[in-house]
Amino acid sequence: MEHIRTTKVEQVKLLDRFSTNNKSLTGTLYLTATHLLFIDSHQKETWILHHHIALVEKLALTTSGCPLVIQCKNFRIVHFIVPRERDCHDIYNSLLQLSKQAKYEDLYAFSYNPKQNDSKRLQGWELIDLAEEYKRMGVPNSNWQLSDANREYKICETYPRELYVPRIASKPIIVGSSKFRSKGRFPVLSYYHHNKEAAICRCSQPLSGFSARCLEDEHLLQAISKANPVNRYMYVMDTRPKHRMQSWWATQKDIGRIIVRISSKIWNDEKIRESDEKKRLNAMANRAAGKGYENEDNYSNIRFQFVGIENIHVMRSSLQKLLEVNGTKGLSVSDFYSGLESSGWLRHIKAVMDAAIFLAKAIMVENASVLVHCSDGWDRTSQVCSLGSLLLDPYYRTIKGFMVLIEKDWISFGHKFSERLKEKTYSLWPFLLDDQKKYFNPLYSSKSPKFSVLEPNTVSFNFKFWRNMYHQFDRTLHPRQSVFNIIMDMDEQNKQLEKDIKDLESKIKQCKKKQTDGILTKELLHSVHPESPTLKTSLCFKEQTLLPVNHALRTIEGSNPADNRYREYAEEFSKSEPGVVSLEYDVARMTC
Amino acid sequence: MDEIEFSSTGSGWGSRSEVLAVGWGNSCETVRSLLPRGLLNSCPAGVSSCPASSCPFPSARSPRLTLLESVLLPGPRPTTGGMEFLELIRTGRAQVKLLRGPEAPPLRGTLCVTGHHLLLSPGPQGTSDLWLLLLRSVDSIEKRVSGDSGTITLRCKDLRVLQLDIEGVEATLDIARSIEALSSLESVITSFPFFYRPRGLRLGDAWHFHPPERYYKRVARETNAWRLSEVNEDFSLCPSYPRAVIVPRAVDDDALARCARFRQGGRFPVLSYHHAPSGTVLLRSSQPLTGPQKRRCAEDEELLRAVLAGARPGAPGFILDTRSAQAAKQAGVTVGGTEAKAAYPGWKRLHRPLEKGRPLQESFVRLVEACGDLEKSMDGWLSQLEACCWLAHVKEALSTACLAAWGMEREEACILVHGAEGMDNTLLVTSLAQIILDPLSRTMTGFQELVEREWIQAGHPFQLRCAHSAFSHAQPKHEAPTFLLFLDCVWQLGRQFPLSLEFGEGLLLALFEHAYASPFGTFLCSSEKERCLCEVRTRTHSLWSGLNQPKVRRKLRNPLYIPNPLAIWPSVEPQSLQLWQGLFLRWIRPPEPSQVAWEKVWQRLASKEKTEDCESTSKPQS
Repeated sequence: MEHIRTTKVEQVKLLDRFSTNNKSLTGTLYLTATHLLFIDSHQKETWILHHHIALVEKLALTTSGCPLVIQCKNFRIVHFIVPRERDCHDIYNSLLQLSKQAKYEDLYAFSYNPKQNDSKRLQGWELIDLAEEYKRMGVPNSNWQLSDANREYKICETYPRELYVPRIASKPIIVGSSKFRSKGRFPVLSYYHHNKEAAICRCSQPLSGFSARCLEDEHLLQAISKANPVNRYMYVMDTRPKHRMQSWWATQKDIGRIIVRISSKIWNDEKIRESDEKKRLNAMANRAAGKGYENEDNYSNIRFQFVGIENIHVMRSSLQKLLEVNGTKGLSVSDFYSGLESSGWLRHIKAVMDAAIFLAKAIMVENASVLVHCSDGWDRTSQVCSLGSLLLDPYYRTIKGFMVLIEKDWISFGHKFSERLKEKTYSLWPFLLDDQKKYFNPLYSSKSPKFSVLEPNTVSFNFKFWRNMYHQFDRTLHPRQSVFNIIMDMDEQNKQLEKDIKDLESKIKQCKKKQTDGILTKELLHSVHPESPTLKTSLCFKEQTLLPVNHALRTIEGSNPADNRYREYAEEFSKSEPGVVSLEYDVARMTC
Repeated sequence: MDEIEFSSTGSGWGSRSEVLAVGWGNSCETVRSLLPRGLLNSCPAGVSSCPASSCPFPSARSPRLTLLESVLLPGPRPTTGGMEFLELIRTGRAQVKLLRGPEAPPLRGTLCVTGHHLLLSPGPQGTSDLWLLLLRSVDSIEKRVSGDSGTITLRCKDLRVLQLDIEGVEATLDIARSIEALSSLESVITSFPFFYRPRGLRLGDAWHFHPPERYYKRVARETNAWRLSEVNEDFSLCPSYPRAVIVPRAVDDDALARCARFRQGGRFPVLSYHHAPSGTVLLRSSQPLTGPQKRRCAEDEELLRAVLAGARPGAPGFILDTRSAQAAKQAGVTVGGTEAKAAYPGWKRLHRPLEKGRPLQESFVRLVEACGDLEKSMDGWLSQLEACCWLAHVKEALSTACLAAWGMEREEACILVHGAEGMDNTLLVTSLAQIILDPLSRTMTGFQELVEREWIQAGHPFQLRCAHSAFSHAQPKHEAPTFLLFLDCVWQLGRQFPLSLEFGEGLLLALFEHAYASPFGTFLCSSEKERCLCEVRTRTHSLWSGLNQPKVRRKLRNPLYIPNPLAIWPSVEPQSLQLWQGLFLRWIRPPEPSQVAWEKVWQRLASKEKTEDCESTSKPQS
């Protein structure tokens, strides 16, 4: 609270982000310890969690006031105009402090209290049990076992305590391998494919120096390949793009030349089937720098595969570029597509997808185990492992299964903070599960065996800009009617109707019995579920909640022509007709 | 917020549809149904002249083939209409392998060129039905020979690409030449619709289904400011208008005649739509012929004055010009021009330039080209999608229509739309504005009525605009995909309001296909006058009667439709518009997973209807 200087500012304007003529709503801005709250003149509330704020900007003073732009991590962007610069300055400084809480204990998660008792809270944390999940996959088994090597987080701080490794990998081998891998993230099991007896494993990059090798690491990889009784060949998937290495390589010409000379002899080795000259040169060059790539010669039965996923820095700036383009007022179709192209965002999505498909194919078609790594093994590796598992295993396509997947590949293999957080905070999963109806896909079918393994087609035109994600707060850009909702409602109705039929049928039976007894009760006829015929029409407007003002009756909610800014194309309408100034009033009347 | 983001195959929104295989594509049923007269008159050329020994059909005859032969082989020489085909068909038949894209398995059999069709009858071992292609739907043809065989690639107007592998170089060249000659015939009265006699339909049906008179009845119920005029009875006033038009009651036929002389092509302002909730109207016309002398026409001015007088008192008028202010001014240098402000009190002019003609056709061609390349990188695809500008045209068309609709609904103004000739973008804007505002035009019947009234009868020159599709190598003359752009905009509306249109994507795909090549007569010719001269209405079948057969109609329905009495205001931001994959990628994209999803929607609907029925029948029983 000590950061908050002003708790309430009146007459603040909230600008329409896409309007070219600065359409706005006026209201009051409140600052609480955890949230920024704006209540407009129609009593509509906009809540922004401080922790969600990614960027606060104070723009140059204008005649109408001082503009304050807040960008959130969940893609919400709000543009306020605060009448007095002093207030704006205060809010700006407060938000700057509040959004940059340094200590974990200051996070909202610690003060959030959903009014649950402690036992329920703890139950929530136990909702997703990874040991249970590994059991579901079929481990431990004769080839894979639970290792207690990391019980005290001694070997790897960022790994979970419970790790699954090949049964034949002894503790010294694990310890040795972990010393050879960046941040101690040695190869462990991520997913086990029960039918194929093949595994997806994950690790970080090796710290191999120019001539260094690590026998334990080589042993561990051997062990992984031996743990697959069907196919002894395994893949090592390096998810980093080649061109990064190439540019790096360009600066290392001298070392490179030496390497080429030395290595020309070694490389007649036949066991390596893939002969990508450049790839090896790059790996060699990186090895010379002390980091990066396994020396293929030291690892037998292994095929190395490079897939080009960009690093987090490239991804971050790509997303920023995308959001920037999409926030442009009066964006033209041509600027949208050239922005989409130059941001490279869809290219990255395709790269991740292609990598996951490669992974799934290696397991399904070749029956081979795969070891995935990038640099630290917690960004791109998590992307590829989890997406690959999702393609392979229908369980991860259920709501609970998807949560398990995120818990397994993202949370448990990232930071160990979760352990400490459990003491004071609440787990997200039970809240999502309680609400799971909201997240259902009504067309989901668990029974379709055809899609037990997904094989998405990655031809370029199949990738589309995900408007529902990046514009989730920009209501006006979305379809105004939801197919999913209607299908869900239809299903509900159907269930109700089926129930009615059963009731009726049983009543008919009763009736007939009684008829034979010569008695016919009339009341039975009236006990029939009375409302089914009207359901259809009531359905239609359930989601299109109509505004109670007569003008609005001609419009579906959210499909207000004013919201759609057509008028901005034709300012002449109002220019040419002074009387039409009433239009703004008209719109206001509509929504109030 | 959410929507079905998997674009898919089905008839609902966001989907592509196979429903079109229902009838006119390639089922055997089609062949049978057209036999009684169709082939008799048009096909015997190549076939009947061949000696019996080289008969294209195997001796082990299926009943199906016997039926076909009995008609083809001993067929009497047609007295008229057949000779020109005979000369054009160089060879009747050949052994071929047909490749129909990545999904369908190849077909092998005997290919036969007839006057209007390519027929492929599978060999004796073949299990599949006859395959049939309307020659008129071939947009471009490419032949290649190597060794003693050849390959013909047919690119169709519905964007399908077919490949024929043919035994024999001579046969290949002959077939290619025959197809080339037959697919580019321009004569209307020898075209296939004049021979098509499907079973279950009667000639003359449905042609009177959607006349302007019918729409006038509705207008007359809402207002009495308008009347139905038959001043154009003999098409002398305006060759591109229908016989009857709806005009202000206060203006008599003589005045209309003078108005017609003042407007290009005689297209004087007529009623397009009456918006009852605000009591205002949408009109369309062509440009006034003011010319450099700044001519005026008292009757034309009077007509527009009468329009405002008939509307809500004090209603403003807006003239929405689909040209840029610059282009409109330029037109005034020769013969055309714009309404002078002083001459039309109460009317204001807005310019909303929309692309038409060759640039629009090129945009279409480039988009189709981009869609055909599956190997393209992400960057390459996005940059081509941008460069072809198709979605920019969609955005402009939709936003102009929204503007017109906004003007009527919110400004309570009367709107007159015109460009130069007033038969392309003008119709695009008036028809889209109606779909936005008028719930009736979003029903299956209402939409068909709209297409008939605002496109076909309003004189959109289909014969010229749809002569070629995106694959033609010929230099475009009058071709432009204005009607396709309209269908695309309607599809976008369907995406944004998936419950508000009674018809699914299937109907839009059918209209696209039939506008370019059809066994029905509906899209033949460029105006009502031409249709009368060719006796289209009495000698061909109407597409509407084909589409409204219960079996077909059911499949064209949107399973999720719920009547919605409100206006539907779409978002026209680039993020909200999408490429119509169901059309542009229809033959390219493997559909399976998403198809299953749509089938499920249908299943649920069916099961819901079943339970509802079940319940309603079980009630009285009890």
